Amino acid sequence: MNARTDTPTERRIILRHADDPNYSNRIQCYLREGGYETLKKAFSMKPEEVGEEVLKSGVRGRGGAGFPAGMKWKFLDRKSGKPIYLICNADESEPGTFKDRQIIYKDPHQLIEGMMISAYAIQAKQAFIYVRAEFHEGARILDRAILEAKERGYCGDNVLGSGYGCDIVVHRGAGAYICGEETGLIESLEGKRPNPRIKPPYFPAVLGLYHCPTIVNNVETLCNVRHVIEMGGDAFARIGKPNNTGTRIWCVSGQVMKPGYYEFECGALTLGQMIFEVCGGLRPGRSLKAVIPGGSSAKVLRADERFTGTHKDGTDYDWGLEDVPLDFDGPMAAGSMSGSGGIIVMDDTVDVVEAMANVNAFYAHESCGQCTPCREGSLWMRKITQRMCSGEARPEDPDLLLSIARQIEGRTICAFGEAAAWPTQSFVSKFKEEFVRKSSASPEPRNEKSPQLI
Amino acid sequence: MIAPEHKPTDLIAVNLNGAEVEVPEGINVVEAAALHGSEVPHYCYHPKLSVAGNCRMCLVEMGTPIRDRSSGELILEEDGSPKIGWVPKPVIGCATTVTPGMHIRTESPLVSECREGIMEFLLVNHPLDCPICDQAGECSLQEFATDYGRGYSRYVERKNVKPKRTRLGPRVTLDDERCILCSRCIRFCQEVAKDDVLGFVDRGSFSTLTCFPGKELSNNYSLNTVDLCPVGALTSTDFRFKMRVWFLKETPGICTESSAGCNTLVSSREGVVQRITPRRNDRVNDAWMTDSGRELYKAVKSENRILRPSVNGMDHTMDGAIAQAVELLAGRKIGVVASCRSTVEEQFLVKRLADCLSAKVFLRGHFGADDGILLSSDRTPNLRGALAVDLFDLYPSDHLKDLNEDLAAGNLDGLLVMGEDLVDAGVSEVNLAKAPVVFLGAHHNGTSRSAAVVLPGLSVFEKAGSFINRSFFLQGFESAVPGPVGLRPEWKTLSSIFESISGESLALNDLRSLWELISEDGDSVLAGIKFSDLAGKSFQINGERWSHLPFVERQALHFEPLSSEP
Repeated sequence: MNARTDTPTERRIILRHADDPNYSNRIQCYLREGGYETLKKAFSMKPEEVGEEVLKSGVRGRGGAGFPAGMKWKFLDRKSGKPIYLICNADESEPGTFKDRQIIYKDPHQLIEGMMISAYAIQAKQAFIYVRAEFHEGARILDRAILEAKERGYCGDNVLGSGYGCDIVVHRGAGAYICGEETGLIESLEGKRPNPRIKPPYFPAVLGLYHCPTIVNNVETLCNVRHVIEMGGDAFARIGKPNNTGTRIWCVSGQVMKPGYYEFECGALTLGQMIFEVCGGLRPGRSLKAVIPGGSSAKVLRADERFTGTHKDGTDYDWGLEDVPLDFDGPMAAGSMSGSGGIIVMDDTVDVVEAMANVNAFYAHESCGQCTPCREGSLWMRKITQRMCSGEARPEDPDLLLSIARQIEGRTICAFGEAAAWPTQSFVSKFKEEFVRKSSASPEPRNEKSPQLI
Repeated sequence: MIAPEHKPTDLIAVNLNGAEVEVPEGINVVEAAALHGSEVPHYCYHPKLSVAGNCRMCLVEMGTPIRDRSSGELILEEDGSPKIGWVPKPVIGCATTVTPGMHIRTESPLVSECREGIMEFLLVNHPLDCPICDQAGECSLQEFATDYGRGYSRYVERKNVKPKRTRLGPRVTLDDERCILCSRCIRFCQEVAKDDVLGFVDRGSFSTLTCFPGKELSNNYSLNTVDLCPVGALTSTDFRFKMRVWFLKETPGICTESSAGCNTLVSSREGVVQRITPRRNDRVNDAWMTDSGRELYKAVKSENRILRPSVNGMDHTMDGAIAQAVELLAGRKIGVVASCRSTVEEQFLVKRLADCLSAKVFLRGHFGADDGILLSSDRTPNLRGALAVDLFDLYPSDHLKDLNEDLAAGNLDGLLVMGEDLVDAGVSEVNLAKAPVVFLGAHHNGTSRSAAVVLPGLSVFEKAGSFINRSFFLQGFESAVPGPVGLRPEWKTLSSIFESISGESLALNDLRSLWELISEDGDSVLAGIKFSDLAGKSFQINGERWSHLPFVERQALHFEPLSSEP
């Protein structure tokens, strides 16, 4: 355990009103709490100044990749003269992640205000919220909230009498994981199958929605924009740690006593504190086995692993799993990623091969089928792990799984290839003995087959 | 050394597998490597379709020279060569455009490993039913599996099962299990045929190709999807299970369906044409042709084929029939009905013969609707050939009104007809009966049945020759199959008649010697052309002197009308 013993306290910025029984998702509530004042502040600034504040704040994308939002906006192709689109990615579908849902259901106006500020900053002509298909109620809440905002002139034509107008359209998603991939989402929004696009040439900032420059930001990121403008970029940058600014919402699931969403300043606590203090620890008599720190596509971390290396600033680190700081760079330094903030905790009752089979089943089901490695590899891995779990494991299966994952990684159109490959790579290499044990425990070892000609 | 400045020829220098080579600007890595003898295997990429980048077979290593951020100058290695920043992941060659100084590795351990991996993935759910697959022998999966595959399978799971015979349209049948989901057919229908009917349904490895609800793949270009299909998924319902492709002899042909002049490959075995597929020509038909054009080979075995010469309805020897024809034609007022379906060589000889007989020449055209792609309104392959050999100087009509009038007025004592049906062209049977007809053609029609002398000709698949298409490209074709026993090509028959009537010897041994005659005339647009120039090529003829004629073709693939008047 880390030397820090004081239980860190949450700092709720985005989820400030999430659990307030006196707060509803109606605009009256939002206005009562100072809502849309920041929008007025933003509209008193020049669009470039708003963008500059966001750049200064260092706010990084909360969708998974952690790319600085201000930098993303800078990539917009403004020379083409084509209309610019803003899309809010509310397709939250990474297993283990449920943060955007809280915002949409409980505080939709925060998102709308953040979107209008962002739209103004990039001078978007039209904004969309691409909302996960399963958020039926969420889509209705957003629709109503947009209507409320429009009635009061915070959205739509001529916002706050400024002459600038931007409408927000709620688009119900197509019910697939791949719809959350930036370019797949754009295809889906265009009414097509959400096959991700090849990059180059289809970088959204240049050739996005309808081949126009487009910015796609996560719900939490856009909400952060509101707070960046409210407190100023420099002030925001002082929250958290350098290069890991602001707060993050962590969604803890799995075998902890108190799973749920928790908002902390970046780097304010370690993974160990999160599990054992904030979430009330494991169930009695259980011990920690593994943690996936950033949604199911992040690499798994093993409880007894040591993570050593050197930070960019030259300091060395030597962490156990519980010492990994919860920010963007911490899980990255441990060889995984903070991804979408979905922390999945597994205790010693978990059969990792079965956990692996579960993850593989998800990726095989959700692969869009466009490009070969992910399409065939994900299903193949699913078939192998499924077979291993039904008592037909072979000694060579772990190595085969690793080889398949290696054949997928880095060779696909979108990052889904990595998302499908990384769990397998990490599970099999870190828990190899359990995978090998499966084969010796198989009641009827599958007959060795001589290599077949293909 | 790297030469970043552009040369006048727009060639740029790139480094391919360690060798400095020059390639045209703007092309992709797959094409650039092919120019220098390095194959980059690919499935979804097709040079005539948009880039999808989904098969991932063309993964290569790519790097560009690193420049100093502030000064913009190249950073050099110790030996003075530019330092190369290799992209950490392999990139797809089809979507990577070459840039000056780019370094490409198409042969490296990583690239080989990528190809092995992709091949393995493509085959894990492939049925491996090559022994019954039509594509076997011309299948990219087979070729790349042997060239780049691992050679053995590590797959012990059950394969996916999919439908084996889905009817996508009247001419195309889909075997879903073989499909590698490259989307070439979908892109073809969207981009070339402009008939967006195909799409994928379901997800992941269970994705299948299908027609949209209520639609079918029935456009006149549907069989191109079969050619495009890199595997045996899309099959021609006509050709399915008929022939192993390795038995086929391929002969370059020209489609006779319309003046588009699609370049074709005529595949035959043991003297029987089995199928016609397009031959790529980037100035004429890209890699496409119509479905209707592919059916034309069936005319070779048609019931109304003329298999024997006849005189007054009685079978005759060829030489005897020619002698009868000469007797009918010599010294009379003759009308010659030429055809836009004859080859340039035949039209040239018809012209000679008409001049020698001082005959009046009629030319019949055939017209239909223009689809704006590769089926033009001029439904003959060689109208411009008749113009080029000076056989006719007006624009033909499909109605031979003048001929009907001349016959009615008794101006003509005899007719030489090149395969055309005069009844169909508006000549009344009463008028036709007024002059004896010498008919030279491959198929019977209303005119041949009442002709005094019928001289059989060969179908376009049985002879060699050339046509001039709508863009004034002179294109040669070769004989794919032998003609029926005892029949000779039209040019031989025509030269025999000419020689008998004129008493002059043309000394024609073959088409080469005929072309020496054709290209003799310095004023002709065909001057100086040799028959050997035409083999498998498109020879641009200057058509300006006919720009006043009301050509009917409208703008289409690789075709701009000369004159705008209809």
